[in-house]
Amino acid sequence: MSDVTIKGLTISLGMGAAQKKILNEVGFSVASGESFGLVGESGSGKSTILRCFARLLTFWSGEISIAGRPVDQIPAAEYCRLVQMVFQDPYGSLHPRQSIKTALQEPLRIHRLDRQQERMEKALIDVGLNGSFLSRYPHELSGGQRQRVAIARALILEPSVLLLDEPTSALDVSVQAEVLNLLNEIRRTRKLTYLFVSHDLAVIDYMCERLAVMQSGSIVEIMNRTELCKGGAKHPYARQLIDSSIEYDRVA
Amino acid sequence: MTIKSLYGTENMSNARVSPWFSGPLKGLGAVLKRLSSDPSSCFGLAVVVILVLCAILAPWIATHDPNLVDLPNALRSPDAANWFGTDELGRDIYSRIVHGTRITLSIITLVSIVVGPVGLLVGTTAGYFGGWCDTVMMRITDIFLSFPGLILSLAFVAALGAGLENAIIAIALTSWPPIARLARAETLTFRSADYISASRMQGASSIRIITKSIMPMCLPSVLVRITLSMATVILTAAGLGFLGLGAQPPLPEWGAMIATGRRYMLDSWWLVAFPGAAILIVSLAFNLLGDGLRDALDPKQR
Ligand SMILES: Nc1ncnc2c1ncn2[C@@H]1O[C@H](COP(=O)(O)OP(=O)(O)OP(=O)(O)O)[C@@H](O)[C@H]1O
Ligand SMILES: [Mg+2]
Repeated sequence: MSDVTIKGLTISLGMGAAQKKILNEVGFSVASGESFGLVGESGSGKSTILRCFARLLTFWSGEISIAGRPVDQIPAAEYCRLVQMVFQDPYGSLHPRQSIKTALQEPLRIHRLDRQQERMEKALIDVGLNGSFLSRYPHELSGGQRQRVAIARALILEPSVLLLDEPTSALDVSVQAEVLNLLNEIRRTRKLTYLFVSHDLAVIDYMCERLAVMQSGSIVEIMNRTELCKGGAKHPYARQLIDSSIEYDRVA
Repeated sequence: MTIKSLYGTENMSNARVSPWFSGPLKGLGAVLKRLSSDPSSCFGLAVVVILVLCAILAPWIATHDPNLVDLPNALRSPDAANWFGTDELGRDIYSRIVHGTRITLSIITLVSIVVGPVGLLVGTTAGYFGGWCDTVMMRITDIFLSFPGLILSLAFVAALGAGLENAIIAIALTSWPPIARLARAETLTFRSADYISASRMQGASSIRIITKSIMPMCLPSVLVRITLSMATVILTAAGLGFLGLGAQPPLPEWGAMIATGRRYMLDSWWLVAFPGAAILIVSLAFNLLGDGLRDALDPKQR
């Protein structure tokens, strides 16, 4: 089981006088195997929620728990095999001087897993690439291929929760659709729980059962896909966001 | 009503880093190729290669025993037997310069073996951890940096005692801080990169991240910096030798040769001219090579 609960998550970043509350009492819960979307304007704190969850930021207050266990009490080694993240920018998330093999082998070495070659090849095949990519370097791959490698790297430790921070926003339209389909496929076969950040409502609509609309560090509305499609948003900001994306769609 | 795609509104973030190699050997070949395409770095590379060859083959290249005293032949001007002339004790200057490459090269090698890793380690650790660790380490570095290199080496040699070993230690002590600074500055630009976050999420320890992810990124610029500082190291070593604090008399160290030749300089110019030219050419070569390496290794320049 890997249901996720976040309660009263609050964090301030910055030093001294410049310190600013980035997240204010954020709370939601995601059922095991569900895909939960986070939308909101740029700077509303979507990535920050994921970074707190990923324990890349540590000085938050509130409660984050997986299957009823508070995350700060889970040992680091176990946590890596429970939660992984895919980053926004495929050009920045792979080490430019490391081959794909090194990138995929690192987590296996750290956790002393067996059958490394087999696992690496399987991870690549699962994301629609093949074993011949192992010897390549990130600059020899396209953006979509890089993002696939990043997904493979996140999945190689077989986590049950995957944090996705705008995994397709740096990609071309057709590639974007491919990667989204891949992610849906993976979620279905592995029964993963997704926390999916995007500023693109269409992507969220395609990927998530439920979503939260964020504005300047707080969640203004949580709704499910049917409500989104029927235009059932209650909060004015959420409405505005949905309307504007529909309008854009008509114009385009 | 459904919300259809808003695709195509995002701007593609383009490739920022184009790595300079895709395999150690292939990379070395590419770097050498780029070096040899530029005349000045080609000259630098050639001189350094000749220096290394001279040091290895010194006994065969030298025409005389560098320490053989031959008083009847003292202070002979350059001729067919003694290509660069002889010094006040009749020793062949050409042979002494050739054997001197061994001293110069061992100073450079020992200094860079010590300085590279120390500077890299201090800089990357300070940069990665930040906070008080960074403050403490960088203040210490600042203290070393605030003295001119030669003066500080002089102080160290004066404290440790004259001699080649102590000169090497003193030079190493004064050459690591700029490298540490550089490595720290580089580290600060990578430490918040997504690939470092990804490593942390995979459970990599700080030591693992520093050695496997951060150090390889800092290595090219540190290499360039070390090559450039070799010129200074050679000059400092010669300066210490000249002041009698480096290599001691019978050793054919270039700076020490100039120091003893100084007394006969007006009548016998070759005593100082040839060792001086050797110092000049070698330090110039390292400077040019460093510049060339910077162009060859730095992806931002292309
Ligand atoms: N280290 C930091 N120090 C101070 N402020 C920060 C820091 N990191 C992020 N912020 C601020 O936190 C806010 C939320 O940032 P976050 O990256 O979570 O936004 P986001 O919702 O992911 O936006 P985007 O859609 O552009 O990625 C921003 O206003 C940002 O300026
Ligand atoms: Mg973000």
